[in-house]
Amino acid sequence: MTTVHNAEPVALDMVAPLEPARFRDEVAAAVRGGARLSAWFHHQGRLWAALARDEAGEIQLACAPVQGSYPALTPRCAQAHWFERELFEDSGIRPEGHPGLKPIRSGTADFFRVEGEEIHEVAVGPVHAGVIEPGHFRFQCHGEDVLHLEISLGYQHRGVEAMLAGGPDRRTIHVVETLAGDTSAGHGAAYCQAVEALSGARVSARAMALRGVALELERLANHAGDLGALANDVGYLPTASFCGRIRGDFLNMTALLCGSRFGRGLLRPGGVGFDAEAGLRRELLRRLDEALRDAAGAVELLWKSESVMARFEGAGTLAAESCLELGLVGPAARAAGLDRDVRHDFPHGVYAFAQIPVSTARTGDVFARAYVRWLELQRSAAFVRDLLEHLPQGRLRAETGPLAAERICVSLVEGWRGEICHVAVTDGQGRFSRYKVVDPSFHNWFGLAAAMRGQPISDFPLCNKSFNLSYCGHDL
Amino acid sequence: MFKALIARLKQGHRTTPWPDGPAPELPERFAGRPRLDASRCRDGCAACAAVCPTGALSGGALDLGRCLFCRACVEACPERAVEFTREPAMAARRREDLVVRGGAYRLAEALEAESRRVFGRSLKLRQVSAGGCNACESDLNVLGTIGWDLGRFGVQFVASPRHADGLLVTGPVTANMREALLKTWAAVPSPKLVIAAGACAISGGPYRGRPEAHDGCGQLLPVDLFIPGCPPHPLTTLDGILRLLGRLG
Repeated sequence: MTTVHNAEPVALDMVAPLEPARFRDEVAAAVRGGARLSAWFHHQGRLWAALARDEAGEIQLACAPVQGSYPALTPRCAQAHWFERELFEDSGIRPEGHPGLKPIRSGTADFFRVEGEEIHEVAVGPVHAGVIEPGHFRFQCHGEDVLHLEISLGYQHRGVEAMLAGGPDRRTIHVVETLAGDTSAGHGAAYCQAVEALSGARVSARAMALRGVALELERLANHAGDLGALANDVGYLPTASFCGRIRGDFLNMTALLCGSRFGRGLLRPGGVGFDAEAGLRRELLRRLDEALRDAAGAVELLWKSESVMARFEGAGTLAAESCLELGLVGPAARAAGLDRDVRHDFPHGVYAFAQIPVSTARTGDVFARAYVRWLELQRSAAFVRDLLEHLPQGRLRAETGPLAAERICVSLVEGWRGEICHVAVTDGQGRFSRYKVVDPSFHNWFGLAAAMRGQPISDFPLCNKSFNLSYCGHDL
Repeated sequence: MFKALIARLKQGHRTTPWPDGPAPELPERFAGRPRLDASRCRDGCAACAAVCPTGALSGGALDLGRCLFCRACVEACPERAVEFTREPAMAARRREDLVVRGGAYRLAEALEAESRRVFGRSLKLRQVSAGGCNACESDLNVLGTIGWDLGRFGVQFVASPRHADGLLVTGPVTANMREALLKTWAAVPSPKLVIAAGACAISGGPYRGRPEAHDGCGQLLPVDLFIPGCPPHPLTTLDGILRLLGRLG
């Protein structure tokens, strides 16, 4: 295996191919030893794995030649199960011995079924009751209790990876920004990091800091929105109403920077598209303080309301062991006590210079996932304040030249949902021959299904919101 | 209980007075309806078209149905022939009205008298995201928050197509959502409307030309209102819906 750091390209021929069975053994052993499977894909006759070693801050790359089939990793490493299904669907290569080989994006009629006289099945979606993306949920229930939930996605599949191959071109950044439209800064940052690393461009301290502001404002807006939505799902309307608006206050701060509430146009390869002059920074700081004060007033109500806590506590519990085994990322993993956070473990850009504490909880239930968001919201606000008060000098945007040929580069960013992983592979001309995207939702959807086991089905909206995963980010 | 009441007092009244009062102030860098001055264009110059990610610019015209409002054209133009104003009103009734030539623009007109009688005071919409990236969807949800309070206009997003007067579609309409979209449409009782919101739903947006999607919903459904943007600002959406219902201007 070849060891690299976050956004550090390596020549393709530096990663020596392993024999397939040994490849599987080494990847399984690495995961047993504490590594996470960040990416797993097929490219030009080879299987590739990117393993994140959180404690060492290192990424291990491995590859193996493959034709037709190979011995599946899943029986030895549960977190590979979704990746291997994706691989089979995309390339037709069969992981022999995979226990549930079904497509993940083109729908299935072959749902897991529980048989029995008193068992009933509930089907929800793809079109849901709210203003929300489509997906299908199939519950096997005994009375109120969910024995099993199968999540069937793919309705949002737009062919993102196929579009990105052959780039970069003038459409690339817009596809990246809409890959999961609520994570434009997150995916934008992962893409920019990869392009800069491959072209040798040096990003100024100022541009790095402004990217940090963009990423944390995105987290602030979404965490505030999620806390409001969680309140809404237990019928606690004061916090639901307040947070719905406060989320908008954070979005409007991003719009103050770049004109777009979703940060479109703010991150560009080489730096940022917009500056924050002194006057603008003062206004942002004023709004930040106000929004944080309002958020505190709204969110603290939750923890003090017994009716809310009675619904939050003990709902949809996922133990740390399950999160580890399934390879969960982001607030969902941190809520169970796993202290994984790309900003801390693989710091790049501004996070290499300014630290942000990792927020964890222990109980792994809806309450913990909500409370981690509240902790992160406060810490992100403090971080943004610090960046804006001490914004370094530097040019906004450096030129990015042609990309180095025949390289592979893994770029990690902690998006508001968790680890975003982009793997860029270039051809002999420095074009992307493969651009692999792993949205945090890819890791976490199965976590939601696992969290629902043994729960009352009426708690599903609440559990679902406590994960709040992306459909389009998964479906690509 | 008392804590909730105190919090309520502190949060204050936050609903925008618009359209009876001033609209919420849009940021200085906001990209609203563009203006084109083709008389400034140099002969044979196509610098704007060369950088446009969606092919929205051609022959001195800018198609807002395709525009992502990224302003790459503004940066590329040597003659400042294209600029984006802060004007949020952009919704139109006909696809061809979305094409900007010069400064004139034909905003959405109200529905005809009978449709206004039916929908004017109460419009229930079923939203279908068909490949939307959750930016359009998020900023539609915003209309339901206390900042905008869509319900005060009698407009509401409902859970069932059976309870709806029409669909509001977002996303380029992926192949995998085609059937679900058509079934939802069939489930809405007539008379019914279609609103296409965002560049994807109007033209496919960044996903235009992909075999995995349909370049928007226009080929599948009869669209009554087009709301441009990537995503449309909540004010642009609300303005469009109120114009359609004859509740503005």
